[in-house]
Amino acid sequence: MYSVILATASRYLLLLLLIFSVFLLLRGHNEPGGGFVGGLVAAAAYALYFIANGIEEARRIVRFDPLLIVASGLLCAASSTLPSLIAGKPFMEAVWIDTGLSFVGKVGTPLLFDLGVYGLVLGITLAIIFSLAEEDTMP
Amino acid sequence: MLGLIATGFLASALAPVLYRRYRENFGWIAVTFPLYMFFSFLSRYPRVAAGEQIRETLPWVPSLGVNFSFLLDGLSLTFALIVTLVGAAVFLFAGAYMKGYEHAGRFFLSIGFFMTSMLGLVLSDNMLLLFVFWELTSVSSFLLIGFNHHKESSRKSALQALLVTGGGGLAMLAGILLLGNVTGTYEISSFYDMNSLITSHAFYPAIVVLLLLGAFTKSAQFPFHFWLPNAMEAPTPVSAYLHSATMVKAGIYLIARLNHEIGGTPLWQDTVLVTGAVTMLFTAALAFRQNDLKKLLAYSTLAVLGTLVMLLGIGSKLAIKAFFIYLIAHSLYKGALFLVAGTLDHEAGTRDVRMLGGLRKQMPVTAATAALASFSMMGVIPLVGFIGKETVYKSVLELESWGVPLISVAVVANAFVVMVTLFAGFRPFWGKRVTTPKHPHEAPLKMLIGPGVLALLGLLFGLFPNVFIASMLEQSARSILSETLSLKIELWQGFNLVLLLSFLTLLLGLFLYFLRFRTEERFAGFALPGFVKPSTWYETSLRGLLAFSRIQTTVIQNGYLRNYIIVIIVTAMSMAFYALFRAADRAIIVPDLSITFYEAALGFIIVVSTFLLMVSRSRLKSIVALGVLGFSIGIIFVIYGAPDVALTTFAIETLNVILFVLVLYRLPRFLKLSRSPNRARDALIALSVGAFMTMMVLYATSFELSSELKEFFASASLSEGKGRNVVNVILVDFRAIDTLGEITVLAIAAMGVVALLKLKSGKGA
Repeated sequence: MYSVILATASRYLLLLLLIFSVFLLLRGHNEPGGGFVGGLVAAAAYALYFIANGIEEARRIVRFDPLLIVASGLLCAASSTLPSLIAGKPFMEAVWIDTGLSFVGKVGTPLLFDLGVYGLVLGITLAIIFSLAEEDTMP
Repeated sequence: MLGLIATGFLASALAPVLYRRYRENFGWIAVTFPLYMFFSFLSRYPRVAAGEQIRETLPWVPSLGVNFSFLLDGLSLTFALIVTLVGAAVFLFAGAYMKGYEHAGRFFLSIGFFMTSMLGLVLSDNMLLLFVFWELTSVSSFLLIGFNHHKESSRKSALQALLVTGGGGLAMLAGILLLGNVTGTYEISSFYDMNSLITSHAFYPAIVVLLLLGAFTKSAQFPFHFWLPNAMEAPTPVSAYLHSATMVKAGIYLIARLNHEIGGTPLWQDTVLVTGAVTMLFTAALAFRQNDLKKLLAYSTLAVLGTLVMLLGIGSKLAIKAFFIYLIAHSLYKGALFLVAGTLDHEAGTRDVRMLGGLRKQMPVTAATAALASFSMMGVIPLVGFIGKETVYKSVLELESWGVPLISVAVVANAFVVMVTLFAGFRPFWGKRVTTPKHPHEAPLKMLIGPGVLALLGLLFGLFPNVFIASMLEQSARSILSETLSLKIELWQGFNLVLLLSFLTLLLGLFLYFLRFRTEERFAGFALPGFVKPSTWYETSLRGLLAFSRIQTTVIQNGYLRNYIIVIIVTAMSMAFYALFRAADRAIIVPDLSITFYEAALGFIIVVSTFLLMVSRSRLKSIVALGVLGFSIGIIFVIYGAPDVALTTFAIETLNVILFVLVLYRLPRFLKLSRSPNRARDALIALSVGAFMTMMVLYATSFELSSELKEFFASASLSEGKGRNVVNVILVDFRAIDTLGEITVLAIAAMGVVALLKLKSGKGA
């Protein structure tokens, strides 16, 4: 079942939802939000796009293999533990850098970690949705 | 030292890439890595020889006493030099030897990884760190033994080695934890003055047994010796490196390292001594029936390992001296001979000694190398093996109570070793020319240098023992015993009983050699009855383990998800209920009935949707009801001020509905699948869980909610975590390691899900 309205709307909604998910990720440190929710919202955005446009189209727009996203998320989260080791601090202690720019604020390893969680959650959800969907389209 | 080890792991990881690029000359590139390590250790030699103990510490998990602490003293430096020097010989050799193999890059990755782990093991000053490296050597050796993974015997041997050494490793971990309990530290150097504290403790016998189990399995002592000959399935460079020169000596290293701290009691000394002596005699005799070059060498390695363990058990000054010289001598000649065996296999096409002979004209350099190493192995003057054997005999003769039986054991075992040497080191090159499967010719330079250098060093060390060994011996003895030894090492000690015994050993060895020809046919069908062989015990226990897991899988993991959930829920509930019951007198359950209208409405929606969910005859309706249920719960979170949880709940519910819709098509027609009694049971469980949870919530709310943690997180999240969202700061900062663990599990689960779904769709296509 293909709906022109939904397909058209999903294009704009995808972008909006993705921006929203990044917004959730970034503001998570001070307001409700964070990598987990952000990742889920991003996954929901792609899921909506997939419902409207089909699996092929959704895969094309995601571009990367979901498991690759999972792996890079995990790598990102794991690598956020390294700066503290290099700085000679206890393992996993947060390291913050003040960028001096007011709209960026402070950048630190927890943010990197959260980014990893974001990617991981997004990747896992997409991996499951795509696998299920592909099974659906099997003859 | 930490830098060296980190570099080692990094360099190993690069090996496959470099191999692909420089396939032809990779041996020359690979050898730079162990050589660099060797020289950087050698540069520290003067400091260590002067009595300094070089220490480096980097906290890892200081609260648990786990630190990257390294100690370079005489003992660890000796081992580090052996590991890197033999490593250099093996890497260069393997560069040529492994050329024909597929995945040779991967081979270098594993063996580089192994070398670094082994270095870490001997340098660790922390027992838990040592354990980590210990297990890393087990894992990398598993990969190396099973390198030819298309062969079933390779896989089986690799698994066997891993199970035996890994099992021993676990026992050792328990011993380490007990030891840490007793001493209050895991730093080996802190144990140094604690001998009386440890040996008088009630845990002492357990500590000794557990640690020795680890050491004995790793060093293939009786009755765990069987994995070592089977490990000869590995490519020959691996055998030369892991199974004669380095890894199998890890257990011996451990015994030597802890000898001063937990030794000195009859329990420790006698166990070590008897095990070593039994291993030495038993395994040397087993060599008698072997025809494969590598198997022959493997059994003689076992005999030497037994001797080394026995010497530590004797524990006198002379015995430690003998231990030390023998250790170095063995690494040099056995490394060389294994590599020669590899050369023979490579150039002549067989490792069966019956099919080799008279190759000295075709392979003169190899023959000379083999002869030199063999003389050291047989204990012929003036090689270092000679000094080793002389000192062994002398230290055994010194004993009062054990002397006579032990010296006979030593002579007989060494005679078998001599026999092995004659077979492995001389027979392929001398005597009648035998036609070999491949047309033999001299090996390439890369395969000659390594064994040649090792064999020559054996000669050098023998001629000038005081230059090369003495100063290290002093410092090593300080780690093993409580004092420094400053014994001179003499090559020639005059005509005495020991020299006579040496001659006797050689004669007996020659006799055994010729006896074997005579009895070749007679022993052909002879085999020990199964029940006395430790390898049969291994097979039997492995079969038993598999049978047991099959039974427990069918009983517990029967594949019905609902059963698992029932078990989990009922167990958790009954345990919590028991706790609640115990605290019954303090429990004040006062239902707070002041609820607002919208709370009541939400509750109503939840109850109705749950009911609909259960009775609905259409899947779609059920899913919608489930969605309503989830969103209502999310709204509760909003009301009670947990926006983070609410946000997550909403997102999850949305995705849940999508996922359900996706699987909806694939499910069979909606049927009532469960029988009525089952439904009644499920209803009962569900109702009691619900009732119980209600009680719990009421009980929990009857307490004043205040805790130090709440205060701490509320105040620290902005000052320490630099964030105002306490929940998120806890997740990504304060408890980030929990989160990291969880997301790792999630990632693995995702891979499992994808694999399962792919598998199924693959079948459908």
